[in-house]
Amino acid sequence: MRSDVSKINENTPYEELTEGLTMFAQGTAREFATGPWRTMTPVFDKALCKQCLLCAPVCPDGCIPVSDMKRSDFDYDHCKGCGICEKACPFKAITMVPGTDASAMS
Amino acid sequence: MSMKDRMSGNEAVAYAIRQIDPDVMPAFPITPSTEIPQMVSTYIANGQMNTEFIPVESEHSSMSATIGAEAAGARSLTATSSCGLALMWEELLVAASDRMPCVMAVVNRTLSGPININCDHTDAMGARDTGWIQIYAENNQEAYDNFIQAYPIAEDKRVHLPVMICQDGFITSHAVENIILNEDPDVKEFVGEYDPEEYLLNPGKPIAIGPYAISSYVMEARKAQEEAMENAKTVIKEVAKRYREKFGRGYEFFEEYRTEDAEYIMIIMGSAAGTAKQAADDLREKGIKAGVLKLRVFRPFPASEIADAVKNAKAIAIMDRCESYNGHGGPLSSEVRAGLYESGSSVRALCYTYGLGGRDFTVECVYGVFDELQEMMKDNKKFKQHRYIGLRTREPEVG
Repeated sequence: MRSDVSKINENTPYEELTEGLTMFAQGTAREFATGPWRTMTPVFDKALCKQCLLCAPVCPDGCIPVSDMKRSDFDYDHCKGCGICEKACPFKAITMVPGTDASAMS
Repeated sequence: MSMKDRMSGNEAVAYAIRQIDPDVMPAFPITPSTEIPQMVSTYIANGQMNTEFIPVESEHSSMSATIGAEAAGARSLTATSSCGLALMWEELLVAASDRMPCVMAVVNRTLSGPININCDHTDAMGARDTGWIQIYAENNQEAYDNFIQAYPIAEDKRVHLPVMICQDGFITSHAVENIILNEDPDVKEFVGEYDPEEYLLNPGKPIAIGPYAISSYVMEARKAQEEAMENAKTVIKEVAKRYREKFGRGYEFFEEYRTEDAEYIMIIMGSAAGTAKQAADDLREKGIKAGVLKLRVFRPFPASEIADAVKNAKAIAIMDRCESYNGHGGPLSSEVRAGLYESGSSVRALCYTYGLGGRDFTVECVYGVFDELQEMMKDNKKFKQHRYIGLRTREPEVG
């Protein structure tokens, strides 16, 4: 039953799909861009950020990438715009703006 | 070897569960199936089996936990009736579409309203299009035999679908009758060990079960599932044959009782088939060529096989212990007649609704049905197609 799911696409005949559409792969949700669902978008102001990292753990979608104890800009492919990070930020380094596009603010 | 005993239908199914000793049983009590999880948990408490019993807070949860356990790689099952089955509705479809070979003991009871706890087939018939295999029993012996065949059908690679083993509430589930039980090692050998190829708790081989599918995949997934149900016909036959060879009992899709030369045949499911067979014997004594086709497998539906079995009859009666509210008969009636049409059969059929909410179905009821079939055929009369048995009415149905 195990098959290379990367070879399955929208032209695959039903006989060649996996049973019950079981995925023989992991972390595939990453490939599904759910960010465009949002109606509000967080904007990150690097100059105001003190890298306290209070925002990263409260993000329900893991959309605040952290490396070497420093956060970088949002993963807009998956951010749903819930605004929890804005509330968590003590330094007003995150601002929610209407729409799906962060660059729309300016 | 086999053992003679006496048991209720619930006891017989609980006994089969002990013999199979599955891995996980989540369950929630509901009349008249409550005794099954109750007896299984007693077996577990007494150290007679190793099943992990999960007391859950509802049937929505019992079916969800059954699916979860099965997906994890455990042989799992549950039991329910009536409103419990209705509360599982969403998960029933998930179990089938995720291709989970789990099993459920269903003790048939009506659904509200009016509120009533007695037998009819409204619950299981409501779940007929959820993708589950459905097998019905006439008595405790068949409930026991069918249950032992459930996993070999469900777990076959050509099928991988869930199975409901149905018996009539109270009439079968609570009445104590004689039964022949198989020896524990024979049942274990027949059912075999569960050895799934793919499952969630399989280190190094990650999978995701039941993922979201966009429109481009749903029709293809359903077709593949439908094909598995068609394959189930072959597998049900094979398993029934193997069971009969090993234990000497049972048949494939249906039992044909005195139908070979029958002019009039009643098609019926569940405990009422015993009554129908007695009445057919009585009518034969009077020279009336009556026969009974007792349906065992409702899903997959053996349409062409039924059409073939009744092809020489003058007229047939199709008996539904449930109402479809479609104006022309219950689900069994609709499916049988669709099968007859597809086979080009022109045998005349009357559709009867009987035994709702535990209403008695007696040999006299069956005599009445065969009388009406004969009356209809006398001058090839036009007869009202959809009829109720034993209905109190100011205007009795004539013709």
